[in-house]
Amino acid sequence: MVQKDSYITEGSPYGIYKLRVEGLNLYYGTKQALKDISIKIAPNTVTAFIGPSGCGKSTFLRCFNRMNDLIENVTITGSVMVDDIDIYKNMIDVYQYRKKIGMVFQKPNPFPKSIFENVAFGLRINGESSKSVLQGIVESALRQAALWEEVKDNLNKSALTLSGGQQQRLCIARAIAVKPSVLLMDEPASSLDPISTAKIEELIYQLKDQFTIVIVTHNMQQAARVSDKTAFFYLGELIEFDKTDKIFTNPSKEATQNYITGRFG
Amino acid sequence: MNRKHLISPKSQDKLFKIFAALCTGLVLLTLLVLLIDIGIKGIQRINWSFFTNLPSRHPEESGIYTALAGMVGLLFFTVIIALPIGILSGIYLQEYGKRNKLAKFIEINISNLAGVPSVIYGILGLQLFVRTAGFGNSILSGALTLALLIMPVIIVSTREAIKAVPDSLREASFGLGATKWQTVRRVVLPASFGGILTGIILSTSRAIGETAPLIVVGALAYVPFVPEGPMDQYTSLPIQIFNWTSRPQQGFVVNAAAGIIVLLLFTFILNGTAIYLRNRWYKKTAI
Repeated sequence: MVQKDSYITEGSPYGIYKLRVEGLNLYYGTKQALKDISIKIAPNTVTAFIGPSGCGKSTFLRCFNRMNDLIENVTITGSVMVDDIDIYKNMIDVYQYRKKIGMVFQKPNPFPKSIFENVAFGLRINGESSKSVLQGIVESALRQAALWEEVKDNLNKSALTLSGGQQQRLCIARAIAVKPSVLLMDEPASSLDPISTAKIEELIYQLKDQFTIVIVTHNMQQAARVSDKTAFFYLGELIEFDKTDKIFTNPSKEATQNYITGRFG
Repeated sequence: MNRKHLISPKSQDKLFKIFAALCTGLVLLTLLVLLIDIGIKGIQRINWSFFTNLPSRHPEESGIYTALAGMVGLLFFTVIIALPIGILSGIYLQEYGKRNKLAKFIEINISNLAGVPSVIYGILGLQLFVRTAGFGNSILSGALTLALLIMPVIIVSTREAIKAVPDSLREASFGLGATKWQTVRRVVLPASFGGILTGIILSTSRAIGETAPLIVVGALAYVPFVPEGPMDQYTSLPIQIFNWTSRPQQGFVVNAAAGIIVLLLFTFILNGTAIYLRNRWYKKTAI
């Protein structure tokens, strides 16, 4: 905890941030979905994005791994820097780059393959085919995702036989198997029951040691529980970004106050 | 007393149910009568020699050996030609092609092609393959013609199967750094394989039954030998049946009935396999 605070001190020297966004605008056709967003995120922290539906928080999350590239008619201006490299500059190989940024989606989306092949997928597309290497990484990824004990005897069973909560942890294992440094989570627990949700939250807390985590959530208790800093989005703008404690106890902006007390959204 | 309805809604419900049941019954009855009629006429001719004999002018010595061999050869080349082109076109249109007016236009026209009467394909095949390309009355001409005929069906069913793969799986794959091709090969195709296979089998079973285009491209010939290569002359089972039904002797009518039984069995087996594979695959990949 003490260590964490030293990272997120405001005014840290240039270069200490894992993710740095400056003046980001995003348009779907002519409709502007994100307006002039700037944010700095320190490594090995959990940052929560909160805000009402349609406020752009998921869209913003997808800027970090260029998932918006898949949608036609999206225009992006401004810069998104990861480790001080602008990922929207043309020189970057987007496929190589995405391997450094893991993503976990709202609905568990395991491939209709075996549990083993799900976790091994990212390695296989990198050309890794050595059985022993794959086995080692699959096991350690599943252990990190706190799923190993539950599936170690059924690695060849279809991933679709797992429960929703297990599937989501499998998706986390799949994402971290390629050893990314950033983990993006888009409402990772919204389709899960309270027990599975608690497991995911515990996992997020543990994974912070190795990854910079950005999580989009609709659940404000969840944001308060898991995150170090919280960003509040409203109508495509970043309204407030501060330490989670401060956002939830003493926000600076009225809109934030209204949202977290449930007056709108 | 409710005066709004001439017949009460409850009776309407019952009446509709009876009407629908009658229609279904009529269809099944027609099919049943046909099958029984064919069965009674043809079953006596079905024995080993019917499968191994060459055509002959004596109906009881006549068999379907050459017709079967021709049909198998024809299907083999049809599938080899139509499969890769059809599947790759389907993949391109669904996964790579842009969604614009041209795409819409192509889509509508492919669906239309699937509905063009088969004899039109026969006429096209006659001019294109038999005459212009000079392949003559060969298996290759027939197979190319049938391939043209079933390609739209393969393209449409491939697209449908690929469309059914949820985008969340593509996102998962791209999120892990996969390229488009890796995503198609390792995620989309395996997940849609069942649907694609079903389309292939159904279109093959359509190709089996086709008679009209083959008559046009010259399969209607007396071929007393088994074709040995794609450039050989051939005949096919539906053609053989067509041929027999046009003979005056009663014995050939019996032969035709027996041939129909064999052809029907072929089609049933293919369709059954398609249904089985589809159910099996959907169970395995249901999200």
